[in-house]
Amino acid sequence: MSITISNISKSYKNVKALQDISFEVKENELFGLIGPDGAGKTTLFRILTTLLIANEGTATVAGFDVISDYKMIRNSVGYMPGKFSLYQDLTVEENLNFFATIFGTTIEENYDLIKDIYVQIEPFKDRRAGKLSGGMKQKLALCCALIHKPKVLFLDEPTTGVDPVSRKEFWDMLKRLQQKGITILVSTPYMDEAALCDRIALIQAGKILEIDTPKAIVKHYSKPIYNVRANNMYQLINSLNDYEYNHSVYPFGEFVHYTDKRADFNQKELKMYLETKNLTDIEIEKTIATIEDTFMELAK
Amino acid sequence: MKRFIGFIKKEFYHIFRDRRSLFILFGMPIAQILLFGFAITNEINNVDIAILDHSKDATTKEIINKISASKYFSIKQIVTREADIASVFQKGHVKAVLNFEKDFSKNLIKEHKASVQIITDATDPNTANTISNYINAILLQYQKELNKDITITYQIVSETRMVYNPELKSVYMFVPGVMTIILMLVSAMMTSISITREKELGTMEILLVSPLKPFQVIVGKVFSYIFLSIINAVVIVMLSIFIFKMPVQGSLFLLALESILFIISALALGILISTISATQQTAMMISLMGLMLPVILLSGFIFPISSMPLPLQMISNIIPAKWFIIIIKGIMLKGVGLQFVWKETLILLGMTVLFIALSVKKYKIRLE
Repeated sequence: MSITISNISKSYKNVKALQDISFEVKENELFGLIGPDGAGKTTLFRILTTLLIANEGTATVAGFDVISDYKMIRNSVGYMPGKFSLYQDLTVEENLNFFATIFGTTIEENYDLIKDIYVQIEPFKDRRAGKLSGGMKQKLALCCALIHKPKVLFLDEPTTGVDPVSRKEFWDMLKRLQQKGITILVSTPYMDEAALCDRIALIQAGKILEIDTPKAIVKHYSKPIYNVRANNMYQLINSLNDYEYNHSVYPFGEFVHYTDKRADFNQKELKMYLETKNLTDIEIEKTIATIEDTFMELAK
Repeated sequence: MKRFIGFIKKEFYHIFRDRRSLFILFGMPIAQILLFGFAITNEINNVDIAILDHSKDATTKEIINKISASKYFSIKQIVTREADIASVFQKGHVKAVLNFEKDFSKNLIKEHKASVQIITDATDPNTANTISNYINAILLQYQKELNKDITITYQIVSETRMVYNPELKSVYMFVPGVMTIILMLVSAMMTSISITREKELGTMEILLVSPLKPFQVIVGKVFSYIFLSIINAVVIVMLSIFIFKMPVQGSLFLLALESILFIISALALGILISTISATQQTAMMISLMGLMLPVILLSGFIFPISSMPLPLQMISNIIPAKWFIIIIKGIMLKGVGLQFVWKETLILLGMTVLFIALSVKKYKIRLE
């Protein structure tokens, strides 16, 4: 096991940030921690990177205990905090050089590991880190976290505030890093990114809701789910919420995801109901559940 | 070692790329020394005074001549009526009025006694005091000249000699003080700000999750600021020697060693401050309020400690700056060696060790 977490609890003053969390991350796994802001993702990252001490429970990273062997962990993991945390007044190259030096290595030594990422920011190597765009900053931060060839990589919301193209590139890079034998624990509030992980843990309000592969998690969703569309989105949501048999109503892009309480749900009945609410162009069709639907259902 | 050098290199990038701070860092000592040296002085020069002479005889003329001949006073106005004195002061043109009584010369000869009134504008008490002292000195001198033929059997002659600073130049007193302030400020404030900046920007998080030891982080920070502080100390000493012609009587080597000791104690204080403050602003406020004020008010730099109330005198003992000022005044002005300041040096050394021990102990190896 690359990371084991057993019965970890952590609270700040009167907020319970983590409650009895346990899971394991396998060697060479790309593991996603999925949950909204304030779910406790960052707290868990900080406990695993030895920055915080949990109130209860134990955890190991790369075989080392997070409390007694914290020095060993600090030698062998890469950590990219959620907030951009490089030296803004240092250039791209100076930042990378600095992190290589304090980890007792050089850029040349592990260049092959960061090459794919670094070539993209190399044209700007003399630019100050503070003047880079969001996507570039993330790439640089990833390079800095990787420069000492860590066994385990912790990425706390690496794609928050990054454009969709860069996000996709970023995930492609993570996949490549995984092939090089690095275990990756990544957190994200974006459900679409969850599908790219080997396994995911859904976390909310300090509790783990579910742990499984993205495919299996979706299968857990038992109820048939329907895409509903009409001419007026706002009124549609209101009407569905008022509908007496509704089980859940969530806006989902241009559709509303709807589930019904009854087993013998009839689409025509719903359509007629919506027509009485003066909605037109009504479309109802069955669809497959996404991780987001599962999350919403579990978080209920 | 390579890690350590890498860290120091990074610190110097920070320092030299922050132009504004760099300017303050090196501009401030120069500005302060020049200010204290030229503008803020206790000396008086060419003070305007007025004369009200009721007798207008040979003796008063002679006295007035003596006064106006000195470089300290210039006679700005002659007042004729007693009632005008108040308005002369109110206009603020003169700082003092000399009021000779009627028949000054006659009284002096007949009754061996004549009086002159010195009225000073005491809105600035220090200056008023100095003016009255200077005028008295001139009068005393004149009296001596008058009496030189007469021998008085019993006579106490007091002869004052101002040692170490015969010309009573106030810059001599300010240089050690300003040097102390600057070193305290640069060392303590800059280190505390630079450590809290890492916390504020989140880079501390990455530094902690690295093999870099807390000790290396602290020493790395301290090292760069020791370097800057030494440059500052050298600039201050050079300025006082070459611009204010202030002699450094004692050994420059000892002065340098004592300064380094003080710099280290200030740096340790700075680290201590950074462990209790979460933001750069807090660090700056604590440094300014917690260090600057005591250094200025209680270190004996401006106000003599011996005239403070006892509780304040006791508090002044725990201020490192007090001991440093005693040491460098001794070395710069009196030319004493270590055998005369070993006690103060020992106290300063003790404080430094205590601060370092505390800051290493308080330095957090984790967040929170």
